[in-house]
Parts: sequence; C-alpha cells; structure tokens
Amino acid sequence: MIIIGERINGMFKDIAKAINDRDPAAVIEWAKKQEHNGAHYLDINVGPSSSEPVEAMKWLVEVTQEASDLPLCLDSTKYDAIEAGLKACNKPAMINSVPAEMPKMERVFAMAAEYGAEVIALTMNEEGIPKDADSRIGFAAELVATADAFGIAPDMLYIDPLVLPCNVAQDHGPEVLRTLREIKLISDPAPKTVVGLSNVSQGTKNRELINRTFAVMAMANGLDAGIVDANDDELMAAIASARIILNMDIYCDSYVDVFIQRNR
Amino acid sequence: MAVEILKEKYRSKVGEVVLGATKDQGGTRSHTVTVGGESALPYLHFEGEIPNRPVLALEVWDVAPGEWDPCFEKFYGDVWDDPGKWAKKCVEEYGADLIQVRLKGADPDLNDTSPEECAATVKKVLEAVGVPLIVVGCGKSEKDAKIYNPIAEAAAGENILLGVAELEDYKPVTSACMANNHLVIAQSPIDINICKQLNILIAEMSTAMANRIIIDPTIAALGYGIEYSYSIMERARNGALQGDKMLAMPMIGNVGLEVWRTKEANTPESEEPGWGEQEERGILWEATTAMAYLQSGIDIMVMRHPEALKVIKGNIDDLMKDNSY
Repeated sequence: MIIIGERINGMFKDIAKAINDRDPAAVIEWAKKQEHNGAHYLDINVGPSSSEPVEAMKWLVEVTQEASDLPLCLDSTKYDAIEAGLKACNKPAMINSVPAEMPKMERVFAMAAEYGAEVIALTMNEEGIPKDADSRIGFAAELVATADAFGIAPDMLYIDPLVLPCNVAQDHGPEVLRTLREIKLISDPAPKTVVGLSNVSQGTKNRELINRTFAVMAMANGLDAGIVDANDDELMAAIASARIILNMDIYCDSYVDVFIQRNR
Repeated sequence: MAVEILKEKYRSKVGEVVLGATKDQGGTRSHTVTVGGESALPYLHFEGEIPNRPVLALEVWDVAPGEWDPCFEKFYGDVWDDPGKWAKKCVEEYGADLIQVRLKGADPDLNDTSPEECAATVKKVLEAVGVPLIVVGCGKSEKDAKIYNPIAEAAAGENILLGVAELEDYKPVTSACMANNHLVIAQSPIDINICKQLNILIAEMSTAMANRIIIDPTIAALGYGIEYSYSIMERARNGALQGDKMLAMPMIGNVGLEVWRTKEANTPESEEPGWGEQEERGILWEATTAMAYLQSGIDIMVMRHPEALKVIKGNIDDLMKDNSY
C-alpha cells in the first residue's frame, strides 16, 4: 500500500500554529518523522480555518520540500490553493481531491494534465456520498471517463470510495469494500484506489485498532493507497504483514523493518 | 497495422559487483570482472539489459583432491600439489575467468593447516594468476572463523570474494571483509526467506556491505533437487527486478562440486554399462546442470571439468547474442 502521511494538516494545532506564525519547525519535524517511518507521499493541508489558503499552501509546500524529497499530496477544496502548490512543487504531485461534479472536474483535470499530477477522485457529487457500491462505481466510471477526455490515463487516478465512520454508518463498510474490488473492472489499465483511513474510526474508542483492521481488509480487496498516520507503528506493522500474506513482498524475519525502512 | 508486441517492464535491476582490483585500484589483478546489473529476466535482451556475461571459475584446492574422480588426474594431476601452478593452468590452458581457492586442508580432521598457511596459499595463487579470486574456507565454521582475517589481510587491496557467511554464523567473515574491503558470499540453504534475512543482517553490519554481497542460494546437481534451487533463484531474481533490494545481488553456484558428488557422474561404465562412457557422462551432467542455472540468472559458476567449462562458454556466447527487436 502506498502510504500518504496525513500529519501536515492545519487541523492539527501545531501545524495551524506553524502556518499562522510562519514557523517551519513543526512542519519540518513531521515531514522527517513521516518519511522516517515509511511514508511514500506527504499530504499537505492548510486546514479549514486558514484565512489565506493560497499563500499558506505555497509556504507549506516550500517548507516541506526543504525537509523531505518525498512527493506531495496537495489537499484542499480550494483549487487556487492547489494550483499555487503545484507551481511550487519540485516533482509531480498528487491533487487531493475532486468529486464527480462539473465544473470542478474540468478545473482539476485541466490542472492535472498541465502539471503531470495524479488525482484523488471522490465517488460523490453535489448530492453527497451514496450509500451503495453500485452508485459509487457509477461515479468512479464518470471520473475515469472525464479524466480520459483531458488526456489523463486511468492509472493516474486514485478513486476514493469514501469510507464513513463505522459507528454512525456501519452499513457503508461492506459497500466500500465491494467498491474497491469492482473499481478494478472499470477500465484497463484500472484506476488506483485510496482511502482516508482515519475516517473509519472517527468518534470511536479503539481508533487505532479499527484503522488497522480496516487497512488490511481494504488491502485484501485491492486497495492501492491510504492517507494514514504513518507514525502509528502498529498500523505500519499490520500493513507490512498484509503485504506478506498477499504475496506482495518476499517474507524474511525482518519484514516489518524492511517495509518501514524502504525509504531510508 | 503493425502489431505492437507487449514487453514486460521491470521496476528495478540487479546490483553490479566488481571482483578484483588492478594496480590502479590498489590490487595486483591484471583485470577486474564485473557481474550482475541485469534489468530483465535471463537473456531477454529485448526487455532490458544483460550488461555482463556470466563468468566461470575453476576450483583450486590447497591439498591434492584425492577424493575426485580419477578422470581429473590427466587435467590437474601434474599441478595439484601446487595451488599456484594449478591456478595458472586453469587460467592459461582451460580459460577460467576466475579461480576459486578452497582451503580444504584447513579442516581439523584433514591437515588442520594454520591460518598463516592458508593466507600463504592465497598469496601464492594471487602471485600466480592475474584473474580475481574467490576464496572459501574448509566448511567447518569454528576453524573458518580463525582463517578469514589472516586471508583478508593477506589479500588486502585485491577485492577478493570471500566466503561463506551463513545465517547462524555470518559475522566473522563479514567483519574480515568489511575491514579489508573484500566481497562476501552469503549462503542460504535453498531458502528464499533465509537468503533475504541474511542479506539484511549483513547490510545492518555495514550499509556499504549491501553492495558487496554475492548470493549463494545453494545449488543442487541435476537429479538432486535442481528444481528447488532453480525456483528459489527465479523467485529471488523476480523479487530483485520488482524492487526488492535485499535480493538484488548477483548469484554464485558450486556446479562442479555438486555434480561430481553424484553417482551419475562417478559410476564407472563397468558397473552401469547402460549409462555409457563415464567421463563423457560426467561432463554432460556438469554442463547440463550449468545450462539450467544459466536460465535461472546465475552470474558466477564454479566448474570442475575443463570440457564442461568449454561447453558452457559456448552456451554463454549464444545466450549473450542480442535477441532484442
């Protein structure tokens, strides 16, 4: 599973303060810590309360790149902020995210084509998140077809089937897992899939246990990537173990360390 | 409309390892030998690079090998009391790319030769030939642990390939190699998991050593489990090409040693008239075993019979012909 580290996000107080004060210390710390623990991408989100998201995104990208060479995942609903981030990125980035809505798809896919960016695409539209797998797969097909019209290959897309907290929307769980499997049948090459892992456990006790249980179940259903807490050691160990069971890595006694150290 | 032929894309490649060192590089070899570097499955030149030929070593022991089949006497009998002359003959007359010195005499149950004598033997072979050396101990780990350092020091600067490191006992030989910049043979018992784990442990001792490992997956002769070794090597190579760095090392196999243990190579025609002439049969057994391992992606083979070596050289010539399109 491709690990997208979730921690550089203005929803966390230390990052919000860093952005506000333009003090890079906390950003640098988390960039390094996540890379050290095996992240492949770093998610960059200025947070919901930023009064100047465009400037903040540009700053956050620049500061993060000074601390880490990992590619970035630019996370915002404000597309001007994402564009400012794309301009500042040293290497091709990932855009997080676009729903199956016009004109948002036009704006995002045009940007993705221009900057060679991958795109996280959400299986929802103006009416919200569908309840069943079939509707989610319908949105996925719409996203793949629209991206194709902009010259973006399906495997540049990471379809997010949008998992909801398991305590309030338990019936979504099996639908999301079925969506992950069936998205692979939409096109050849198939689009990739991603989940925001921590969503599944919002408001529950045992959050980490639920996160890692969902992670390995989703991997067994074909999940390619996750926006996760890369510094949750138990989660990373569970992902490494799932890779062994799924025959994605060759077993050796130090397989957990090998998985985490791949980026070092 | 032209048909576009699908080609496999590999994510990574096998590391390149240079054996030996010339005068400019701090050694005394006449040339170096580079192995590895493959970026495709064996000899699929149309899908990637096979930049270096597999190379063939011949064995030189520090004692006359009384246990060898009598057919070897006419090739080595005049020189096997002198490792230097023996090595020279292997290179000059039989065309060996490398010499593997096996310090059999160090075995406490045989001659129990001292570490200093072992080092002197290695020195002698280094002086006699210009090709890079492979050096292995007697196989008794307690004794071998005592001879690695003197050998590594005697051969300092020569970038020899020294072995063997095993999972339960990898530190003595690895330390000797680290201290004197030699290469190490990492040997695992036909087990991909142990193969990978051992490489990790050696790399943990020193990250520089990660690029100085040759994998010995332990090979079997034709008829004695060759398919097990072959499938382990195939899996390791697939892992390497898919980006598993801890399996992305060149591989070595002791073909001659394994083949000339079999009854098929050694049984005289008088005992098994239906099997045909014995020496020819042994040569074919060795060559056939070696051919199979070439297809697994092996990079270094230690041969024994000069005729088998000749056959395999021709086979390698054919395999190295560009078949890309």
